[in-house]
Amino acid sequence: MGGSASLIPRDLLSEYQELTFLSKQEILLAYKRFSELLPKEERENACSVRVPKSQILTLPELRANPFQQRICHVFSTSEIEDGSMSFEDFLDMLSVFSDSATSDIKSYYAFRIFDFDNDGILDRKDLEQLVNCLTGQGEGSRLSSAEMDQLIQNILEESDIDKDGTINLAEFQHVVSRSPDFASSFKIVL
Amino acid sequence: EDKEEDESKEEDNGSQQNRVSRRKNYQRKNRNGKKAREEGSQKKDRGKTAPNKDQKESENKEKKTTKRGKEGENKHMKGRKSSTSSASSNSSDEESLSEEELAMLKEQVEQKKKLISTMRNKPWRMVKKLSVLREAQDFVEKFEGALGKGKGKKLYAYKMMMAKKWVKFKRDFENFKTQCIPWEMKIKEVESHFGSSVASYFIFLRWMYGVNLVLFGLIFGLVIIPEVLMGMPYGSLPRKTVPRAEQATAMDFSVLWDFEGYIKYSALFYGYYNNQRTIGWLKYRLPMAYFMVGISVFGYSLMVVIRSMARNANESTADGDDDNFIFSWKMFTSWDYLIGNPETADNKFASITTSFKESIVDEQESNKDENIHLRRFLRVLANVLIICCLCGSGYLIYFVVKRSQTFSKMQNVGWYERNEVEIVMSLLGMFCPPLFETIAALENYHPRIGLKWQLGRIFALFLGNLYTFLLALMDDVNEKLAEEDVVKNITHWTLLGHHNSSAGNDSTVTPAPLDPADVPRGPCWETTVGIEFVRLTVSDILVTYITILVGDFIRACFVRFVNYCWCWDLEAGFPSYAEFDISGNVLGLVFNQGMIWMGSFYAPGLVGINVLRLLTSMYFQCWAVMSSNVPHARVFKASKSNNFYMGLLLLILFLSLLPVAYTIMSLPPSFDCGPFSGKKRMYDVIQETIELDFPLFVAKIFSYLANPGLIIPAILLMVLTIYYLNAVSKAYQRANAELKKKMQMQREEEKNKRNNKASTNPMLQDLEDLLTPSTKTESPPKQAEDKKIESPNGSSPARKPGRGEALAGSPMVGGRGAAFTPPSPVFVTQPWTLGIRAPYSGQPRPWGHPLGPVPGRGRGQPRY
Repeated sequence: MGGSASLIPRDLLSEYQELTFLSKQEILLAYKRFSELLPKEERENACSVRVPKSQILTLPELRANPFQQRICHVFSTSEIEDGSMSFEDFLDMLSVFSDSATSDIKSYYAFRIFDFDNDGILDRKDLEQLVNCLTGQGEGSRLSSAEMDQLIQNILEESDIDKDGTINLAEFQHVVSRSPDFASSFKIVL
Repeated sequence: EDKEEDESKEEDNGSQQNRVSRRKNYQRKNRNGKKAREEGSQKKDRGKTAPNKDQKESENKEKKTTKRGKEGENKHMKGRKSSTSSASSNSSDEESLSEEELAMLKEQVEQKKKLISTMRNKPWRMVKKLSVLREAQDFVEKFEGALGKGKGKKLYAYKMMMAKKWVKFKRDFENFKTQCIPWEMKIKEVESHFGSSVASYFIFLRWMYGVNLVLFGLIFGLVIIPEVLMGMPYGSLPRKTVPRAEQATAMDFSVLWDFEGYIKYSALFYGYYNNQRTIGWLKYRLPMAYFMVGISVFGYSLMVVIRSMARNANESTADGDDDNFIFSWKMFTSWDYLIGNPETADNKFASITTSFKESIVDEQESNKDENIHLRRFLRVLANVLIICCLCGSGYLIYFVVKRSQTFSKMQNVGWYERNEVEIVMSLLGMFCPPLFETIAALENYHPRIGLKWQLGRIFALFLGNLYTFLLALMDDVNEKLAEEDVVKNITHWTLLGHHNSSAGNDSTVTPAPLDPADVPRGPCWETTVGIEFVRLTVSDILVTYITILVGDFIRACFVRFVNYCWCWDLEAGFPSYAEFDISGNVLGLVFNQGMIWMGSFYAPGLVGINVLRLLTSMYFQCWAVMSSNVPHARVFKASKSNNFYMGLLLLILFLSLLPVAYTIMSLPPSFDCGPFSGKKRMYDVIQETIELDFPLFVAKIFSYLANPGLIIPAILLMVLTIYYLNAVSKAYQRANAELKKKMQMQREEEKNKRNNKASTNPMLQDLEDLLTPSTKTESPPKQAEDKKIESPNGSSPARKPGRGEALAGSPMVGGRGAAFTPPSPVFVTQPWTLGIRAPYSGQPRPWGHPLGPVPGRGRGQPRY
């Protein structure tokens, strides 16, 4: 894939550098990885093709992630909401997850990822789903409903500053920005 | 805060609205853009007819859009805007602009530029970012030329060009820098297998490697290489020659392995350097360079450590109220997105679950009382035991070092006797930490606190060992100093005698000088100290590697292959695979670095050894981790402790600075070895340089600066500054807390207001509530509210644009809230006074209202 560099036009490449937190090498690597997800005949014009979600999820970086579905949906611009990704979506994702992205933008997207029903707030249902994602698929590791209630109650008590029973973006960012290890763990490197 | 939220709402709103239209828009715009360009070229022909109007129009639009800053607005205008702007730019060349317009234009260009540079911080889609960027760039390009009309035009254009070039250069440089960082892939692999905590050790190791490379460059470039190139060669001076008695065995491996023989008399150690003031044709002032490098090693390390600590502290704004968000952090930030290995992910799931459960249990049990006396007793007992261990190990080391001094006077001692100190220290370092862990089980601390204690104890052990070692070494040095006086006389007399005897021959030829190997020497305590540190470092390296090989690799092989024919499951049962011991490894690294810092003044080659060590251990440990370790059962993230490790490093740096500074300041250097021989103190070299190499007034200034009358006020000033800054930061913290409280209060007020608004007449409602706290009057507002609550949720697809408003709770309130942002005094005070008198007054129906379909929306009501 040595020729992949020439497949992104120079102007576009520098624009991508301007618009993302990625360096040139990272963009080229992303391009390489992205075009590897495509079938052979489509690799020529990888910039304009969408990769279906199932293909995206085969990436080793996303394979073990419990939020893989959400990540695909949040970053996808697909009109039929099937979670498929174009190269630019892919770059968007990598940019947000890159090392040098600001904590603000990271927390913005983290909020979107955790907002399972896309309604702009984290309510109890979202939090429940989030806990289920974090505790894994195994039946043994699930929390009991009493524990779940207690946990969500505690979380709301801490983060729900305006006490409306839900967590909105500002509250979320407030909480997350004070966490010492959010920015360092909200990170995916190709 | 309010404002911020509003903005985010707006943005949300915009993005929601635009998501669908954007793509279409984009395609359309592309077409539009093309059309516009064509149009522009067409207009060029007829543009002369009405250019001015055109331009003004476009400017107005620009102003509007930039001022509003609303993306939605931006979208709709874009098509037209791009066409008009492209058209007008053509005309702008011809028309002269008024001052006012020029200023406006300039402002716009600046704004666009700012937009371009901050674009990546915006949570937009790439498509949108691209189009906005292109448009902004076009705009800037087109109008930039028009800005510098007249006299400054060329200069302006040049400046712009340079700015562009500079940006490009910076970006290329960044790209280059990222390419230079080694081991990215290795670390990434470890990250995906073991999570960020284990990887953080390797990142720390890489950082250390970088720091050591710089130190290595300093010492080799400024001290060792000049000495080798320009200094007197080996064998020319007594200090550069192996003494006659040792020459027979000087090349034996066992001797070299102990850093005696030829290695001892090489540029790797202090004693080899000559006290000649300048060397070579460059007149390189080696003693001065040696001293300055020794100081700048510490200076540079201090600077780097403190800078990275400050950066870490900056990145995490989390100090102050650390404990406020335990649960939320566990929830929102506990997943490690770097994990790419399913097994590790499983472990992570398990650890998150346990941490959830633990914290719930903690929360529940925090109120429970238990047998405090027993626990206290056990904790005291554990601490007593550990202090005993520490004292014992300290005494053992002191004893061993003392013994080694008697050994060193005896002839032909065995290998064990020679290396006893190193062996004992390594063994202590190996066996004490597990012992501490066993004892710590008595204390029954929370694991996180337990880990801190454990780290602290190991730290104390290492530190104690190091300092007893130093103390014993100090004794040794003092003995050597006493011995030196005797030797000095002998040397003096020998040389004199030799001179006399040769002079007595009264031959005209100059007498053959005494062979440097035969001159009696002093013990040269500096080299002895240097050798001790080098030996300690080397044995530390060996012990570390052997531990990894045996404890991890052999164990893993055993478990893996013997498992087929064993009576129990080795992989799950007793030996199992090893986990990577992060804290132990980091502490080892930190202490090793401390030894390097201490030893590098007396053994310049030590840093070279350390660079090699770090390089090999990077590869070796990466391999060992990947081949024979398993992910932690409790995967935890390390970034929190990042600054903790840095703090340890800083402490070690400071503590290793102390003995070196002490020896430099208060011990006389040996008379016959090293760059400072013949001086009373090592720092005299500075005075000498200043007096001989600088004009007189510099010496004067220096003497003024060194005056205690100036130093004491300076220190006082620093102390006062620290005090002041401390006070300021405390004030900020308090202000922070205050603001938070205020925010909450304001929210509650708004809530109350909202509730009151829900009924037709708030004042009346309040009064009614006051009079009849629980009557039928409550039902209508409640219903109204419930409707409101459900509406944003129930019909989400139909109400997409209302997403932003949903943030505020209900659609109606959004508008109203905006109207009431500067709250009238009536509304501010009323609910509060009422609230104080009758807690439920502000809120209709606090009871009998089960948490409905949207239980979280408790409207901020009674949760005390």
